[in-house]
Amino acid sequence: MKAVRQDRRPMAGTASKMAAALALAACICAMPSLAYSQAANAPSEKIWNELKTDVFEDRTIQSDTGLIRIEAPKRAQDAALVPVDIFIDPAKFPGGIKSLTLIVDVNPSPVAATFQFGENSGVTHLSTRLRVDDYSYLRAIAETANGELHMAQTYVKASGGCSAPAVKNQDEANRTMGQMKLRQFAEQDSQTGKGRELQLMIRHPNNSGLQKDPLTQYFIPPHFIHKLSVSQDDRPILSMEGGISISEDPNFRFDYTPDGNGEIRVEAVDTDGKVFRDQWPLEAAGL
Amino acid sequence: MVRGMAFDTSRRQVVKGFACLGIGATLPLCCGGTWIQAVAAESFTLTEIVDGVHVFTGANELMNEANHGAICNLGIVIGDDAVAVIDSGGSIVEAGAFLAAIRGITDKPIRYLVNTHMHPDHIFGNAVFRDAGATLIGHRNLPRALAARGEFYLRSYRNQIGATLMKGVEIIAPTMLITDRQELDLGGRKIELRAWKPAHTDNDLTVFDPATQTLFAGDLVFLEHLPTLDGSLLGWLGQMDELAAIKAAHVVPGHGTAPASWPQALQPQRHYFEALARDLRKAIEDGTPLAEAVGTAASSARSDWQLFDEYNERNATAAYAELEWE
Repeated sequence: MKAVRQDRRPMAGTASKMAAALALAACICAMPSLAYSQAANAPSEKIWNELKTDVFEDRTIQSDTGLIRIEAPKRAQDAALVPVDIFIDPAKFPGGIKSLTLIVDVNPSPVAATFQFGENSGVTHLSTRLRVDDYSYLRAIAETANGELHMAQTYVKASGGCSAPAVKNQDEANRTMGQMKLRQFAEQDSQTGKGRELQLMIRHPNNSGLQKDPLTQYFIPPHFIHKLSVSQDDRPILSMEGGISISEDPNFRFDYTPDGNGEIRVEAVDTDGKVFRDQWPLEAAGL
Repeated sequence: MVRGMAFDTSRRQVVKGFACLGIGATLPLCCGGTWIQAVAAESFTLTEIVDGVHVFTGANELMNEANHGAICNLGIVIGDDAVAVIDSGGSIVEAGAFLAAIRGITDKPIRYLVNTHMHPDHIFGNAVFRDAGATLIGHRNLPRALAARGEFYLRSYRNQIGATLMKGVEIIAPTMLITDRQELDLGGRKIELRAWKPAHTDNDLTVFDPATQTLFAGDLVFLEHLPTLDGSLLGWLGQMDELAAIKAAHVVPGHGTAPASWPQALQPQRHYFEALARDLRKAIEDGTPLAEAVGTAASSARSDWQLFDEYNERNATAAYAELEWE
């Protein structure tokens, strides 16, 4: 488990423009859901019904088709760190899926992240961690190669109390920002059909911002990784855009199908335009 | 002015605050211009544990409407000229009763309110002491932590303890910030404030009264009530020896029996943290995912603590994410 850091080129110009656009977009979407959160038990569904046309226009979204499954704890233990697992049934997706959108209805900016998968990447299971502000459905919507949308959802009760969706150790998060770690797990036994697994960990406060500072009434600016790509040599395995509700120190664990012995390469860009890159040789036998 | 150095039970003095408020009695509190009707069904008791040091012991419960949010320990230190208050409580009702109890003991001005950290049970009563003229004091990281969490706290606690008890609660940041150590002069008596590195939270502050060797540890020390982790497990474990080195005779923990012997009071939580770290390190090494590992971590310590089921998985979740980076 080596963590080799190299070549971080700031790309301030374009990325800060993107960040500004993103912050603006985020503030706009923040308004309706903040309003909803005023009512303690405002149904997540109501938000979703208005949100889905914004995100998917009038396309048909099929539910409970068994092609996709999502799992999360019934009650969030830590609002800043809610583990979520998404399973894609490879038997029902012969062409694989093109993309996967993760949504947390009640969050100030509900689209948590959108993942794209490389051709023949073999990803059938993805787990990550989310910030969840309040009682909410977590939704995973997969787009198939032929453009169908399939959705799975699970309801998470908010953690409540003093567990806030905020960075726990802000100075440490700032100090270590950009460090990466990759763990490689060997194939499980053939009975489960699980392929090799990677766990990618990136140090970053990944602050969603959007919280209104009660002391100043200003919104705290967002600062998070909004672009991520994982490839084997130049072959894309997985990429992500968005990322606003991904937890501090973004963490992604997923299976994949390796092709040859090429190295694993990662590039991440945050909303300040900082670029973080790292690479690791493919381990012959992982954990 | 301070005579008894050691903890002396025979000279305990008890002052009740809630007691003077019958059911339906009106507590005159001016908060944002509104008068708050305080209906206190139970008594708020301040106990003098040593000369000039009075303590309220909170219930080992979650904050709720029935307990008025009064779940953490609070205290005061009285000097010749002024009073320092340590934490303000979990509601305006509790803080009002606390203020009334203080006024039953002394007329000296309340010069300082020290917030030991950001959590609502310790700070939701701040408005009462601001209005009483106190200067608010906190760790240098406290304003930043409240900026990021304040809005969430106000919303999530409205759900948890109800709008009535949330009435008048404001998020108020300290104006006097502590970066390392600082003395406060109360007249003939100086108390020592100390800011810690991330442990329970990233804004933990302790108060030490050298005259009586009393340590107000805030939530850096828990007894009976399972410790809660909202900062850094490694930071907490790493500062345990430094905490133990404080020349105190006894401690007022943030939660649990007060006062307690020092440094023996650190032992139960050290044992818990070590079990938690040990179990999680093994899970991480084995490749067990977070969601699975947190269900069983530290389960050997379950019978040692109250509120274990309420907080252990949350602690384990935060600790797993931290220990993964070792």
